[in-house]
Amino acid sequence: MGAMPQASGQLTRRRFGLGLGAVVATFSLVPVGGRAQVVEGPPPMSFAKNKRLEGWIAVSDDNVATIYTGKAELGQGILTALAQIAAEEMDLGLDQVRMVSASTARSPDEGYTFGSQSVEQSGSALRAAGAQARWLLVAAAAERLQVDASTLKVERGRVRSADGRQLAYGEIVRGDAALLERDVSARVRPKPRAEHKLVGRSVTRIDLPGKVMAHGVFLQDMRLARMAFGRVVRPPSPGAVLETADEKRVRALPGVVAVVRIASFLGVVAEREEQAIAAAKALQASARWTAGALTLPDENRLPQALKSFARDDTVIKETGKPPEPATVVKWVEASYSRPYLSHGSIGPSCALASFADGRLTVWSHTQGVFPLRGDMALALGLPPQSVDVIHVQAAGCYGHNGADDAAFDAALLARALPGRPVKLQWTRQDEFAWSPIAPAMLMEAKAGLSAEGRIVDWNYELWSNTHATRPGQPGGLNLLGAWYLGEGHHVSPPLKIPQPFGNGDRNAVPLYELPRQRIVHHLLTEMPLRTGSLRTLGGHGNIYAIECFMDELALAAGADPVAFRLAHLPDPRARAVLQAAADAAGWKPGAASDGKRGRGVAYARYKNISTYVAVVVDIDFDRASGKVSLVRAVAAVDVGQIINPDGVVSQCEGGIVQGLSWALKERMRFDALAVTSVDWAGYPIMTFDEVPPIEIHIVDRPDAPPLGAGEATVGPASAALANALAHAAGKRLRDLPLTPERVKAIL
Amino acid sequence: MTTTFQLRVNGRPAPVTCEPDTPLLYVLRNDLALNGPQFGCGLGQCGACTVLVDGKPVRSCVIPVRAVGKAAVVTLDGLAKDGAPHPLQRAFVEAQAAQCGYCTNGMIMTAKALLDRDKAPSEAAIRQALSGHLCRCGSHNRIVQAVRRAAAGPA
Repeated sequence: MGAMPQASGQLTRRRFGLGLGAVVATFSLVPVGGRAQVVEGPPPMSFAKNKRLEGWIAVSDDNVATIYTGKAELGQGILTALAQIAAEEMDLGLDQVRMVSASTARSPDEGYTFGSQSVEQSGSALRAAGAQARWLLVAAAAERLQVDASTLKVERGRVRSADGRQLAYGEIVRGDAALLERDVSARVRPKPRAEHKLVGRSVTRIDLPGKVMAHGVFLQDMRLARMAFGRVVRPPSPGAVLETADEKRVRALPGVVAVVRIASFLGVVAEREEQAIAAAKALQASARWTAGALTLPDENRLPQALKSFARDDTVIKETGKPPEPATVVKWVEASYSRPYLSHGSIGPSCALASFADGRLTVWSHTQGVFPLRGDMALALGLPPQSVDVIHVQAAGCYGHNGADDAAFDAALLARALPGRPVKLQWTRQDEFAWSPIAPAMLMEAKAGLSAEGRIVDWNYELWSNTHATRPGQPGGLNLLGAWYLGEGHHVSPPLKIPQPFGNGDRNAVPLYELPRQRIVHHLLTEMPLRTGSLRTLGGHGNIYAIECFMDELALAAGADPVAFRLAHLPDPRARAVLQAAADAAGWKPGAASDGKRGRGVAYARYKNISTYVAVVVDIDFDRASGKVSLVRAVAAVDVGQIINPDGVVSQCEGGIVQGLSWALKERMRFDALAVTSVDWAGYPIMTFDEVPPIEIHIVDRPDAPPLGAGEATVGPASAALANALAHAAGKRLRDLPLTPERVKAIL
Repeated sequence: MTTTFQLRVNGRPAPVTCEPDTPLLYVLRNDLALNGPQFGCGLGQCGACTVLVDGKPVRSCVIPVRAVGKAAVVTLDGLAKDGAPHPLQRAFVEAQAAQCGYCTNGMIMTAKALLDRDKAPSEAAIRQALSGHLCRCGSHNRIVQAVRRAAAGPA
């Protein structure tokens, strides 16, 4: 049982207030007496903007709780984890909670769903709100049943007294509909872990049955009355200006209800989807554009290009003094890079918009309904309160893809047809060529080893464009369509995000014991390709480089890669995952490769404050072709307290597959004018015959705070793969991806 | 020239009126309000739009409606019998074989075609059958497990 107040006074706000003195002003509930304990420490951060309990939880007559979260289901299973937390605190079954997620009309404002922070933020808010709601419901039941609240037990939302009488939550709120209408308080003690029945258990994802049964859970499945279909026509290259388009002829095509042209923004709406596609094609064929001034860098000389861009340099860490020259017996230097990467979501972005009576409603798979509303309102010249953005699930999202841009495109088209909802579907080419992509990165490292094989000097510099260009960021308006309206809108300037979160410099500071270190972040301010946030931001590039470099240092020191890391790794939780992964993989210290089989290891603590991960990857290497075949990946992870073990495993598996795929195959291609990776043939990702068996071992830390699992494995997977290849090949390819032709070139 | 086609979808007659070269996907989704097949690429590359046409997996985004004729079209929406999920649907939930679930339609439909001709496929055969389907969340191994589980039948 959770916190149980002994006070059982009549449950009116006034009586509560009178009994609780100073707390009157906010109607906060402070449990008094008995074993109820007041929670110490700061309240959940999501409470700052969302102070009302009824904004988080509503209980209905049928004994079902509706749980409101500002976080969005992106395919990561977050709604299930949050449902577990809320149901646990309220002593409800998982089938007795209904989740309402990100919506400017109905949900709390919890900003963006990103950075593996949803369990930490929304989870802690719902834990506190759930405990408070249960406390209120039990206190009300105690009043009705005329017993002491501490004698009551709750199961599946039914409050039972010692003498066998019971009262369901639904009945309690029927008697007092305003019971949960009050300020939220974080002061009711949540359930102790030992009493958890749902949290910590693998439960079936609440969204999967609807998905496998085709029950229409996706945004793409929404069909509104009188809905029309939209397509946009993008320029041949970014920044191009539209001179002419044969709007008149296209308007006369079958089914076309509107051609929308605003300066260089061009779109079409038709009664039927195939008519919209045909009209967009005709419009595109008729359009004449003047190319913008932009020239893209040479895709085959990316490191050089990155170094040539304008930039803003920051020393993000400098400690210790350079060692006496004599103490360094060996210097090791290396330069690593990764190319631009695509999100590669299986479903191109989609949105539905409806404009009527001066109000705009947009259904979107955005990661941030409130910031998107803000930028859209600004671009459309509407007050924000006249715009609603409602999150609806779509294909998996791994960061800032085209969702927000598609939402704005849909809004522009719907505004031209008041009263008719418009469904806007981006094409595969739109998504690849026009959504923000992950920046290419260059990482240079130089370190000195002592005679004892310790790192005594560590210098690291990284070059990257910004990984943050989302709606809501200051200094710009971050919606693709807005830049073509001829109103001077532009993307926000690059953002410095302080450590430990960081931008391109996320995870750039190693957690190894390095008495002397100097780390420089070259934030590139010139952005020829539109970049944005992809899973881990700079964490992937930095973990890849640091963990490859650790292997190179171990080799130079004549040490085993696992032992070398352990010798520089003071944190016991870090050591535990590294040891666990090595043990599970059957790591043999100092084992040489036969030139065919390779094995690599990598470790990281995501964002330096979140999940700990170590990954061991085994490969088969074919020297003749340069081809790498994945044999096995083994990982150990420590996510603190676990909400849903299978959910953690699933997220970690997914992160490993993505990390392996990025390292092995992925690279956005482009010529001097535009992106040329515009379909799956031009941007191959890993497939069923390439994905190896994956084992995830969880190091259980039930007493540590829960941490997000979504991103932590990606960087270590890429690094472990690169280390395995270097192990087998006897030479290192430092520029990703590790495609056969590139591997062969270094042999 | 707009034409009326007498399709047979999920065991029922389904007359639709559209241009003959309209991809089957749009007819299924927009005219028949089916949610199974999803738009992923429109190029026949990813498999999210897969449906069965006379038992064979077909990419509905690239097959024009005129080419369907009288063939029996089955979509994910039509797999359940009297409300009871198909063994593959059950297995996908039991194995938690999806994250976003957007590619799931294609995985299940192609797996159904495989299991209909081979009741106990090897893991390699399953991977081979699914190798033309893309998944971005990294659920591949769970999907293979789900197909194996469905093939093994109820425990």
